[in-house]
Amino acid sequence: MIENTANYLEDEPETRNDGEVWSLRLYVAGQTPKSVTAFANLKRICEEHLAGRYTIEVIDLIEQPQLAAGDQIVAIPTLVRKLPEPLRRIVGDLRNTERTLVGLHLKPGKREW
Amino acid sequence: MTTRAGSRAEDLRLAKAPTGISGLDEITGGGLPRGRPTLVCGSAGCGKTLLAMEFLIRGATAFDEPGVFLTFEESPEELTQNVRSLGFDVDDLVAQKKIVLDYVRVERAEIEEIGDYDLEGLFIRLGLAIDTIGAKRVVLDTIEVLFSGLTNTAILRSELRRLFRWLKDKGVTAIITGERGDGTLTRHGLEEYVSDCVIVLDHRITDQVSTRRLRVVKYRGSAHGTNEYPFLIDADGISVMPITSLELQHQVSDERVPSGIPRLDVMLGGQGYFRGSTVLVSGTAGSGKSSVAAHFADASCRRGERCLYLAFEESPGQIIRNMRSIGLDLQPWVDQGLLRYHASRANQYGLEMHLATIHKLVQIHDPKSVVMDPISNLSQVGGRADATAMLTRLIDFLKVKGITAVLTCLTDSQAGLERTDADVSSLVDTWLLLRDIELGGERNRAMYVLKARGMPHSNQLREFLLTDHGIELTDVYLGPEGVLTGSARQAQEARERDAETKRRQELEARQRELQRKREVLEARIQALRKEFESDEEEAQRVLAQARDRAETIAEDRHRMAISRKENRR
Repeated sequence: MIENTANYLEDEPETRNDGEVWSLRLYVAGQTPKSVTAFANLKRICEEHLAGRYTIEVIDLIEQPQLAAGDQIVAIPTLVRKLPEPLRRIVGDLRNTERTLVGLHLKPGKREW
Repeated sequence: MTTRAGSRAEDLRLAKAPTGISGLDEITGGGLPRGRPTLVCGSAGCGKTLLAMEFLIRGATAFDEPGVFLTFEESPEELTQNVRSLGFDVDDLVAQKKIVLDYVRVERAEIEEIGDYDLEGLFIRLGLAIDTIGAKRVVLDTIEVLFSGLTNTAILRSELRRLFRWLKDKGVTAIITGERGDGTLTRHGLEEYVSDCVIVLDHRITDQVSTRRLRVVKYRGSAHGTNEYPFLIDADGISVMPITSLELQHQVSDERVPSGIPRLDVMLGGQGYFRGSTVLVSGTAGSGKSSVAAHFADASCRRGERCLYLAFEESPGQIIRNMRSIGLDLQPWVDQGLLRYHASRANQYGLEMHLATIHKLVQIHDPKSVVMDPISNLSQVGGRADATAMLTRLIDFLKVKGITAVLTCLTDSQAGLERTDADVSSLVDTWLLLRDIELGGERNRAMYVLKARGMPHSNQLREFLLTDHGIELTDVYLGPEGVLTGSARQAQEARERDAETKRRQELEARQRELQRKREVLEARIQALRKEFESDEEEAQRVLAQARDRAETIAEDRHRMAISRKENRR
């Protein structure tokens, strides 16, 4: 945990190579209000902070249930940051932008845990 | 077993899914509630995962009910490896599509929670697994891990409630495992959601000896055994032992089984023990208890009946060697599979475990007779009361099975011979007491039948000899000083032989004297007869002379008359 935080502090996002592509995956289960809210929030955050260098892949587990096991999906919605490493998971509708940015390591912040 | 709640009970009789775990189905009256979740909880290492896994494997193999195992703690590789040591090949069942293993890893360090979410992902994974193989059984092991991975307990609780309802709707029979909490059944109160059937596993240590126990805390809509039942985990999985039925309703037999000691059979009314009875052989150290037991085992095998020999003091090799010294070779019976030894130190594990082990051995070996040598050690393990309770259950179990049991028990001569360590005397049907008799500077063995229910038996003490051809019982001599045994008896025998010889000689002398007298008498009679004969001869002769003379006189007179021409008329 502490190591992760240390790594993250070294890799200050603002000082990062801006050419790095972010690969994000959002797992949903049908068009539920939570999923819709999560996607909207994610889209907004990415446009604001990662404009032009991100991809969002939305996976609907109702259509492709077999994909749930691969990324260890339990909760819905779940956002998985595939790239850059390390892999991060955020569950919930991402209603708190500030915390989402921290969770994605787009912004330094004090972790609650 | 199902209780009747109201008049519609017959229709509503709870369907049950057999677990296939030996003993558990007896306790629950047929298995777990079909189509409903069952909570299995207990502290770490108590066997929850194994019980759940066996439920699934037995379902897949014995009842044609495929199953899904959702593990939250161990990876499928670890799980497969762990149960392989218990004789289950999960990989094979997975390959046959009878079992699906899915590892749900929830790592708090990797998860950030922001805003509202639900556990639909888990539902989808479980649903997919169930649908892929048409599962009828589901195990969630241990779902409480979610509480350490996710922080929003309000969401978790409502989602778990939804999950258990969903499982019911799916109609799968499920086992949900839970870690035992402080003062509660599970750490996160899962018992709140799973209320149909709750089984608690326990792993307790008393006097440094651990025993696993199982208890059905709750079984809605069904009667169930409420006691704590010990259970075993061994190479064949779990076996629970539901023996507490002290109903005294077992079948009795009039058939007799020889004790292996012909003279003892005679003492017991001529035929030996009753089949299915319990025989206690008690005695002081070195009084020959094991030998009596070994004779019984030998006789049993000789009849072609299997015998289980539970040794708590000696190793099988040692027993076989020792018995060979009294001319009893048990090795062939072992080789033929008729005699099965099970040697364990009494304090190796708890009483319940002993009971469970014996129960299991009896199930596997299916013996007609059981020898326990000795039971006295058991009371050192769990205390006297516990040992008595355990033996009561054991004796009851053997009786129900119709197994003849010979138990040996070491008694302390100081504490009184007619007292056994484990207080089982009232439970046994036949009690043979072996004792030492000290007399004339030696110690000899003697045996008597203290009690033998339902058969006339000898009330006499017999001297008990261990010869190189087995046990021999001989009459003891009752002298003025009491019972004579050993060389005192031999001396007495010699004395009696002397007296006997003398008596015989006297008798013979008398007969000879009589004979001689008879001969003398005969001779005298002969002489008298001879004398009489000569007297008689003389008398006859005199008489004849007299007659002759009379005749001559008459003739002379006639002639004279003629010559005188006597004519008086």
